[in-house]
Order: sequence, then structure tokens, then C-alpha cells
Amino acid sequence: MDLNASLFLTRSEVILSFSGLALLLLAAWRADAGRFISILSVAALVASGAYAAHFMAVETDATAFDGLYANDAFANFSKLLFYGAAAICLMIAPTFLEKAGAMRAEYPVLILFACVGVGLMVSATDLMTLYIGLELNSLAAYVLASFVRSDGRSAEAGLKYFVLGALASGILLYGISLIYGFTGTTNFAAIRAAMSGELSLGLIFGIVFVLSGLAFKISAAPFHMWTPDVYEGAPTPVTTFFASAAKTGALALTIRITIEAFGSQQAVWQQIIIVVALMSIIIGAVGAIGQQNLKRLLAYSSINNVGFLLIGLATGTEQGVAGMLVYMAIYVAMTLGSFVFLMQLQGRDGEQKETFADIAGLSKTRPLLALTMFVFMFSLAGVPPMLGFWAKLAVFNAAVAAGMLPLAVIGIAASVIGAFYYLKVVKVMYFDDPADTIVASDDKALGWISGAMAVAVSPLGYLAIPVLGVVTAQAAKALF
Amino acid sequence: MSANDLPILSIMLAVPMLAAIACLFAQAELARVIALTATLFNLLFGVWLWLGYNPAGDQWQFTESASLFGPIGWKLGIDGISLMLIMLSVFLMPICIGASWRSITTRVGEYMAAFLLMETLMIGVFAAQDLMLFYIFFEAGLIPMYLIIGIWGGAERIYASYKFFLYTLLGSVVMLIAMLWMIQFAGTADIPTLLNTDFPVAAQKWLWLAFFASFAVKMPMWPVHTWLPDAHVQAPTAGSVILAGVLLKMGGYGFLRFSLPMFPEASANFIPLVFGLSMVAVVYTSLVALVQNDMKKLIAYSSVAHMAIVTIGLFTFNQQGIEGAIIVMLSHGLVSGALFLCVGVIYDRLHTREISRYGGLSINMPKYALLFMLFTMASVGLPGTSGFVGEFLSLAGAYKVSTWATLIATTGIILGAGYMLYLYRRIAFGAQVNADAAAMPDMDSREMWLLAPIAVAVIWMGVYPESFIAPIRRDVATIVERVERAAPAGDSKLKAKDPTTAKYRVGGHKEKSAEGSH
Repeated sequence: MDLNASLFLTRSEVILSFSGLALLLLAAWRADAGRFISILSVAALVASGAYAAHFMAVETDATAFDGLYANDAFANFSKLLFYGAAAICLMIAPTFLEKAGAMRAEYPVLILFACVGVGLMVSATDLMTLYIGLELNSLAAYVLASFVRSDGRSAEAGLKYFVLGALASGILLYGISLIYGFTGTTNFAAIRAAMSGELSLGLIFGIVFVLSGLAFKISAAPFHMWTPDVYEGAPTPVTTFFASAAKTGALALTIRITIEAFGSQQAVWQQIIIVVALMSIIIGAVGAIGQQNLKRLLAYSSINNVGFLLIGLATGTEQGVAGMLVYMAIYVAMTLGSFVFLMQLQGRDGEQKETFADIAGLSKTRPLLALTMFVFMFSLAGVPPMLGFWAKLAVFNAAVAAGMLPLAVIGIAASVIGAFYYLKVVKVMYFDDPADTIVASDDKALGWISGAMAVAVSPLGYLAIPVLGVVTAQAAKALF
Repeated sequence: MSANDLPILSIMLAVPMLAAIACLFAQAELARVIALTATLFNLLFGVWLWLGYNPAGDQWQFTESASLFGPIGWKLGIDGISLMLIMLSVFLMPICIGASWRSITTRVGEYMAAFLLMETLMIGVFAAQDLMLFYIFFEAGLIPMYLIIGIWGGAERIYASYKFFLYTLLGSVVMLIAMLWMIQFAGTADIPTLLNTDFPVAAQKWLWLAFFASFAVKMPMWPVHTWLPDAHVQAPTAGSVILAGVLLKMGGYGFLRFSLPMFPEASANFIPLVFGLSMVAVVYTSLVALVQNDMKKLIAYSSVAHMAIVTIGLFTFNQQGIEGAIIVMLSHGLVSGALFLCVGVIYDRLHTREISRYGGLSINMPKYALLFMLFTMASVGLPGTSGFVGEFLSLAGAYKVSTWATLIATTGIILGAGYMLYLYRRIAFGAQVNADAAAMPDMDSREMWLLAPIAVAVIWMGVYPESFIAPIRRDVATIVERVERAAPAGDSKLKAKDPTTAKYRVGGHKEKSAEGSH
């Protein structure tokens, strides 16, 4: 395949890379142009997203660079999701970071590079592309986590993320080397072919290490320990980016590698995924109960949700993957919305509030704001008629179709534990006496964004189900 | 123009929904008016629906179908059983709004919105013809009720609201898995189709248990009833009315709509379990009710006992038993709702539910004492009131299946007379020991307007139950025919085969519907 055709297929990444480089140059001259560069970055994301949508519409299914990179519906759907999430993370950041004294032009540029990394991850059909994408994303993420240098918590979050992330990368790389050593190839399809039949011990170890490394990236238990600390410490827009865009990418990557590379050995990884899924659901739910800080609470909630997502993966079926993609799309909306809600918790002196005590009785003092969080919480808990119910239904339906009834029953019963802490947020906002510490946020855009997300996951969102069903089915089909 | 020409069920769902949104943004006084208007409109629509319903027509009437939500079909339609329960909901709703007219003073808009939302969801549960749509309506009801208990409830409201929510959610999620399995097995979520799908007997057992987990909690059956006294006691008066009046009926409706016709073999298999739990419930909760000092708690426990008669009646597999169970549900919806309103009347005056704080109210509140006595008698099951009809029919049905279970369940009526009359004596008769209770004024016209319609309905149902049995008769016969293949032999050794059911066979109904397709 000639270079032109490959470049054509990787157009989304090419646009983002060159925009990132150009904006970096611009930033070198105009260090105070953070807002302007953010706008241009959003434009770049929109352009890339438009190509991803175009590829999706014409049902492109091709590989570039001799099988290193796939441009298929699955990759494009994931890209659309996290480009959207990243664009929102760019829009919500400037006012917040300016207040923290950290609005520099590097923020949008780093987000763009992270998106290039995530884009490579979800399109990777080779262990090398996968690793490069993952590291590009991670390096940007480490810097982003500690973006507010003057804040001790932010610096701590960055360091923690870096050390633990490097460890996870090491584990992943070791797994990759084992797989390469025992199969003699780094290409997913070739690995799949080489893995048919009885597995050697080395390959089993390889699979375990690769999945462990990825479990860290998607913050699944038992590799979730960094999540609450990093989510709490990192500036909220960055946390939003981690919880939505970066997580979507890592999940999509996990799906692709397990289905495409290890697909012939479902019996081996299925057990791992099941255990990880149930552990994440339970640890995420139980861990959240005692939290006082809402960012930590949402961190545990994201661990919890990854567990539900992995139930879809555990089925190993096309329907399961489609269910996961539905879940991911709805999850992104819920997560963005709830973090944007947190950003709107502005105290009287303009400081950010983020504990339960601050939102006590919020429904009396700021009814609309409380209403948005009400929708997000019930949606995350998966209570109908919120759209989050449909997300859970999609993965559990796949589990039932695959005959994994015990998994489905345990998983859904554990979701009731999770409902407890989501209810607690509602209880504090609606039943408790008002603390009246929250004033209207300076950044009006936040209200519009969280309002839009609340409408999307409200019962009105059910109108999107037919479209979502078609698109996710198309995306899932690309893997099988 | 008849109700058939309009998507009347969708309209009945939309009216309270839109009013709820309007209430959210309205001032207190306006919100009250909007809520009352909307619920009265829905009552009118309900009456129109009843008038338009043809008991000899198709099994499912007023059907609507739209594919708005992909796999979740917007399919509505009602049979006689749904019709009666929808009528109960729309009848109680304006009364609930009226009961909250003065007693709710904080966050009125949100309160009315929660109630109106509740009404939409209740009608939705009874009208849904798609399994997923049913589940959504069924579960979504938790949210407004959680808010009603949690925001406007009593001192222990937070504990009660959590308990209510988590208990019922845990019961329901397992049912969801069973529903997904059923949809995959049958290839459709259409309830009328599923009603005639024969699930493998081995799978029925699990499906039945999953549904049982949900409906038993909702019902509630002993021993998973403990959320009910807490929720009732803490909820505001109107919340208790709607909880006892309609929400508890969802469990019975679920048994009737899903467990029995979809899993006949499993239902027959689990009769000992259902009867056993119901017998314990009747005796145990009646005894517990006897020692309560809190009026609302007493009525809450009596609800559990009455619902146990419903479960016994439902699982008799014969016409009388099931008809009786439905009439008990309707009657209990009216009577316990009215009793909670009666409690509310004096609670609003003295702000205590402690029975010993009252006494001798028949002297200073004669009108109140009269109505309260009527509802007490209806709760006991005095002939001439609605309670008698239902309890008699369901116990008569139960007798054909198990004489022992009937014997023990019938003690519930005696015990019921015990605790209800004891309650009435302590409140209405005796000396006026408490000066503040003796100084309470009698009911005003608003309170009369709330209780009088229920009194009329209770007596109507007691004197001429045919109005209420006629719409359900054929649908009950359909269910009975469906479950007949698994019907238990029974130990009462009937001499003649019961002819009542055969008259209303589905075969006959099919012919009728063919000629009646005008």
C-alpha cells in the first residue's frame, strides 16, 4: 500500500498532529493566547471528527501502513466519542484554569496530543502502534495531571500518576514482549492465528500481563488504586478528560486487543475479565460509600462503571461489544455532566467547592443546578427512566444472550450497592438543610454544557436509542 | 366521538407529565391549582375510558403502538384488569392532591410535580404492553416516591426513603435479568405475545423466582414487608395514600399479568410457598398490628395482612379466587387510602400519630367518627362494604385449593376486626381524656370532599360489585384458562365441576370479538 493511501486513512491523526505542532509554535510566541489556542484546538477536533464521521458514513474498513493501523467503524466511533469529550474538556477549562493561575497555551496543545495518542490506540492493530499511542496519551496525561503547578495536590497527582503509570506501562510492555516472543509477531491478526490451539504458559502470562497493564489504564480493580488520588488532585477539567476521553480510548483499545488479538482464546481471558469486572463493580461501589469528597466519589463511580462495561467484554460477542459502545457513549455524557456540575460549585470567594457538606440542600438554593446532578446520579445508578438504564441494559442483555446468567445476576445485584451512594448525593442535595455556600458560577458555558448533558441522559435521550443502536452495531461488526 | 378515536392512554400519560413540568416552575398556589386540574382532567379521561371500554370486545383495547425508542416499543393497551387499576389511580390522585392542599407548605411546586409524575408512571405500569416499557414505568416510580418520603416525610424520613428505594430496587433488578432472558427466548417484548408463549418448565422456576423477588417486595409479602411500615409512617399523608392505594397493587398486578399466565407450571409448583408466606403474614402482621401505638403503623401492618389475602386469592387458579383478589386490591386501595386520610385529618390538627393522645372523638367530631367507622368496617370486611366482597370471593376460591390455608387466612378477618375495632374504640369512643384532642374541630368541607367520594365508592363496591367485576370477568377467565393445565387438584373434593369459569372462555370471547369488530 502506498504512502498516500495510508496517509489518507490516518487523516484524523494527521490533522490533529499538525494542528498540535502548529499551535505549539503559536504558543511559543503567544504564551498568553490560551483561549485563542483552545478555540483553534476545538476546531481541529471538529475537523478530525468530521473525517471520522465521514469514514464511518462510507463504511471504510481498511488498514494503513502495512497493517499497523486500522481505519474501521469501531475506531471511528470511538474517535467521535472522545473527540467530542475532549472538545468539551477544552471548552470548560479556560475560566477554571485562569482562576487557578494556570491557563497556559500548553493545555489545549497537550489535550490535542493526548487525542492523537488515543486515536492511535483505538486504531492500533499492532502491538507497536498500540504502545506508541498509549505512551503518547500517557505522557500528555502525566503533564496534564500536574498542570496547576502551584497546587500541591495537583503536583502530587501528576507524580503518582506518572510513577504508577510507568509501572503499568512496564507490565504491559513485558506482556507484549512475552507475546512477541512466543508468537513471533506483533500484528493482532497474526497473533490470533498463532494462538489457535493449546496455549503455552508463556503466552498465558503474556495475556495476563497485557490485560493487567490495560486494567491499570482503564482503572479497573484491582489496579484502580491511583484513580481516586489522581482524580481528586488533578484540576477538574483534566479529571474530566481522564474520566471521559482517555478512559473511552483505553477501553476501546482493550476491546480491540482482546477480541482481535486474543479472540481465539476466549476461555483464557474471559475468566480474567469476569473477575476484574465483578471486583471493579463491588470495589467501586463499596469504596465510594465513605467518601466525603465528590471528586473521589466520582472516581469510585468510574471504577464501578468500568466493571459494568467489562461485563460486555466478558461475553466476547459482537452484541457484547455493541453494548459496551452504547454504554461508553452514555457514560461519557453522564461523566462529563457530573464533572461539569462539580466545576459549577463555586463558593462565595470564587473558590471551588467539592465536598458533600458544600452541596447540602443545594436544591433549595440552586434548583436547576441540583436538578442536573439529580439526573446524572440516577442515570449513573442505572435507574429508569434515565438513559443510564439503557446503558446497563445493553451490556446485561448481551451477557444474558451469551448465557452468562450468574455473571449478570451478580453484577446487577451489586449495582444496588452502587445505587446507595448515588442516592446519597441526591439525599444531601434534596433532603438536607441548605448550607447555602454555592453561588452562581462565573462561567456560564458550564451551565449550558451540563444542562445539555442532563437533557441527553434524561428520558428524552431514549429518542437517540435507534440511531445509537445502528451505529454501535456497525462499529462492533468491524471487529468480528 | 368515542375514546377509541384518540390515543387516550398516551394522553392520560401526557397530561400529568406536562402538568408536572409546569408545576416545577410555578408558585405554590398556582402549582396546587395546576395539579388539581390535571388530575381531575385525568379522572374525566379515566371515566371516558371506562365508558368506552367494551367488556365483550377485544381482549386488549385502546391499543397504541409506535417505535420511538428502537428496541423499547411504545406499546400501550388495556384489558379489564388494567382498566380497573387505572381507574383506581386516577380516582385517588385528585384526592391526594386535595389532601396535601394545606398540609404541604414547603416546596409545593416540586411536591405536586412528584405526585403528577407518579400518576404518569402508575398509569404507564398498568397500560404498558411492552416488557421493557413496563419495567421502566415500574422502576421509575421509585424516584418520585423516594423524593416524596425524603423531602416531605417525618422525622425518620431519610432512613425510610433509603430503605424503600434500595429494598424495592434489589427486588426488581433480578427481574430485569429474567425479562431479558424471556425477550431473547421469545424474540419479542410484546406482552400479549409473551402471555401465550410456553416457556420451558425448567426455566419457568427461575423466571418465576426472579419475578417473585420483585413483586413480593412490592406487594409486600412477609418477610420482605419491613420497608412498608417505615415508608408509610414517614411519608406525608398523601404519600401513604398513593403508596397503599396504588403502589402496592403493582405487585399483585405483576403476579396476575406475568407470574401466573406466563409461568403456570412454576406458579402451581410454588403454591405452597405463596400460601405459606401468606398464612404467616395474615396471622403475624395482624398480631403485630394489634399492639401498635402508632396509627399509621397499625394501618400499614393491616395492609400487609390484606395483601396476603390477595396473594392467596391470586394463586388459587380459579375464577372466584382471582376475581376476589382483584376486588380486594381495589377495595384495599380505597379503604386503606381512606384510613390514611382519616389519620391525616386528625394528624393535621394535633400533629401526633400516637393513638393514646386521642379518645372520645365521636363527641366533638361526629362526622369524622361516622366516616372513620365506615372505613373501619370496610377494612374489617363487613358485608355491604367493598372489603367483604373481595375477601369472601378470594377465600371461597382458596377453599377449593387448600382448606387449611383458608382456615388460617380467615382468622385474618377475625384478627382484623380485633385490631381495627380496638383502634376505633381508642380513638372515637371512651372518655375525652386529652383536652387538646377534645377541642379539635370537626371535618371541614375540604376534608369531607376528600372522604365522601371514597365512601360512596366503598359502598357501591360492597352493594353492587357487578360494576367492578364485569370488566374483569372475561380477562380473569382468560388467565384461568391459560393456567388450567397446571391447576392444583385441591383438597376440598368438589362434587361438581365449577361451571362459572367455563361460561367466559376465551373461545367465546374470540367469537365475540370477531363479530364485535364493528
